[in-house]
Amino acid sequence: MNVLEIQDLNVTFATEGGPLHALRNVSFDVPEHRIVGVVGESGCGKSTLINAILGLLADNGQVDSGRILFGDHDLTRLGPLEMQSLRGLRISTVFQDPMGALNPVISVGRQMLHIQYRSDLGRSEKNARSVKMLRRVRIPDPESALDRYPHEFSGGMKQRIAIAMALMMEPALLIADEPTTALDATLEVATIELLQDLQAQIGCSVLFISHHLGVIAELCDDVVVMYAGEVVERGTTRELFHDPRHPYTERLLRCDPAGQSGRTRHLPTIPGEVPDLRVRPAGCIFAARCHRYEGICDTVPPEVGAGGHRARCHRVTP
Amino acid sequence: MLYYSLKRLGLAVAIVSVAMLLLFTMIYLIPGDPAAVALGPRATEAMREALRIKMGLDQPVWIQFWNFFVNAWQGDLGNEVLSDRPVAKVVMEQLPATLALIAGGMVWSVALGIPLGCWTAVKRGGMADRIVGVFSVAVIAVPSFVVAIYALLIFAVTLRWLPAIGAGEPGDLGDQLVHLILPSLAVGIGWVGYIARLVRASMLEVLEASHIRTARAFGLPDRQVTYRYALTIAILPTVTLLGVGIGQMLSSAVFAEIVFARPGVGKLVYDAILTRNYPLVTGAVLVTTVLFILINLIADLVVGYLDPRVRSRL
Ligand SMILES: Nc1ncnc2c1ncn2[C@@H]1O[C@H](COP(=O)(O)OP(=O)(O)OP(=O)(O)O)[C@@H](O)[C@H]1O
Ligand SMILES: [Mg+2]
Repeated sequence: MNVLEIQDLNVTFATEGGPLHALRNVSFDVPEHRIVGVVGESGCGKSTLINAILGLLADNGQVDSGRILFGDHDLTRLGPLEMQSLRGLRISTVFQDPMGALNPVISVGRQMLHIQYRSDLGRSEKNARSVKMLRRVRIPDPESALDRYPHEFSGGMKQRIAIAMALMMEPALLIADEPTTALDATLEVATIELLQDLQAQIGCSVLFISHHLGVIAELCDDVVVMYAGEVVERGTTRELFHDPRHPYTERLLRCDPAGQSGRTRHLPTIPGEVPDLRVRPAGCIFAARCHRYEGICDTVPPEVGAGGHRARCHRVTP
Repeated sequence: MLYYSLKRLGLAVAIVSVAMLLLFTMIYLIPGDPAAVALGPRATEAMREALRIKMGLDQPVWIQFWNFFVNAWQGDLGNEVLSDRPVAKVVMEQLPATLALIAGGMVWSVALGIPLGCWTAVKRGGMADRIVGVFSVAVIAVPSFVVAIYALLIFAVTLRWLPAIGAGEPGDLGDQLVHLILPSLAVGIGWVGYIARLVRASMLEVLEASHIRTARAFGLPDRQVTYRYALTIAILPTVTLLGVGIGQMLSSAVFAEIVFARPGVGKLVYDAILTRNYPLVTGAVLVTTVLFILINLIADLVVGYLDPRVRSRL
């Protein structure tokens, strides 16, 4: 069973220089109880993907085609109110910036109370539930934490509070957009372990976005590699790290001096630049930077088949 | 919050003291003999000398200031020249009318400015946004006495919907409120523009903040996100601005009181200057200064109440 299925998703932003094709034919699944990592350079469309799932694309963005299946719903077809009723309840999110993720003028307890507005519990039961969640993310003295304001907590604690809020309603899917990028290495490890524990306890699936290959290798069951708005390769973590098929993935892994040990914080640099997404090349999007380039790459766009370990490359016979 | 409030209060007292010093220096530096001015050209030298002693002008300057300072803190601002009544009493009689006028101006500016700013931020770029934008700039640019005169001509003289002059029957609250509508509109309308612009700008900034995205991602209803999560933050600069803006409202109150022939501190100062009633001018200016500082103190306390970060920082 898949909690989330993304099928041929295309998203464009209207910009002054014409439409910007931020996601092109993106397909992958998030199976039940699994953690799926999405990795890719800055600007490859990771946040756009999340916003499309949540129905929170910027005003100038739009889903052109494709489906996002979540349970019985196609999220691309739901109205704003129906989307709102899923958010925070069935699909929840932790964002990158722990410093700014909580409202500065509302106490932590009150914000946690607000999130539970759809529950039938009484006020004191809701507060008890908040305390329980805070304890689960290891906030010291959770009772008094309810009366405090976000600026009274450290960055790591704020991120853990944000995680507690996201898991408050025990969602089926937790989306985490680079939740550890802003934290230092020790906190990063602690947060990853915490997420792993909570995922096991609650039994939800996780869509985990990261720059950081080491974290992905550590945490995720499956990996989706994105480049310039396309999924270039997907497979289980094991398959991907031991048998990378797409030249882009190959380069990522090879350039990473620490291998899979998890010590690099950012993706290694690959010569060349990400193409301008307003003018997509006729052929393969990675052709200009590819070390295994051949004639066909300039003219025919490679496709990626369904299921299993797949790469979007002419050199890989499906 | 208690510590923050005490600190603000201490600061306010210090500012009032400095204001008194400045005011005293100003009177002291004005050329001419106050006694001579007060008594007029036909008084004898002996009469002037007697008044000088009564007013304490024969004392060294620091003693004069000290007396002024101590008396002023005790609410004694001396006696006015014409009727020899205590200045403090005369000013206090006029103060409620001015306070009502300014409070009315604030009600207009807040009741119109905040919803307009909020609404245009949510519907940014649309037709309504542009119309309100032009309207805001227009009411900021037009001086309040012009608004006062036009409001008087249109609503009082031509349409006869509202009374033209006076403050209404004493003791009749309804009548006083009706008399307050036009003058307070004249005082407050420019601030509708300021506040609408300011709220719009800070609202746009706050709506971009990541905690707003988080609130949406948690599925909170749009109305709660806009009003509870965004507006409570976007309102903070407005509260501070209003505290400062009271100074400007006080000066437009002078015009409004003259145009609408209302009693009030502005009218009082105006008449006092015309009759060279200097103790009254000084006293009224001091009272207005204290009022200004007091309202700023309240604005600071409100910001502290609304924003826990401010509370704990100071
Ligand atoms: N509102 C928008 N209008 C126009 N272009 C946009 C908009 N939002 C994103 N883009 C473009 O879409 C592309 C994908 O952006 P996105 O933010 O999804 O990248 P990302 O992978 O999350 O990057 P990062 O790792 O830096 O967060 C980028 O080229 C970006 O410039
Ligand atoms: Mg991003």
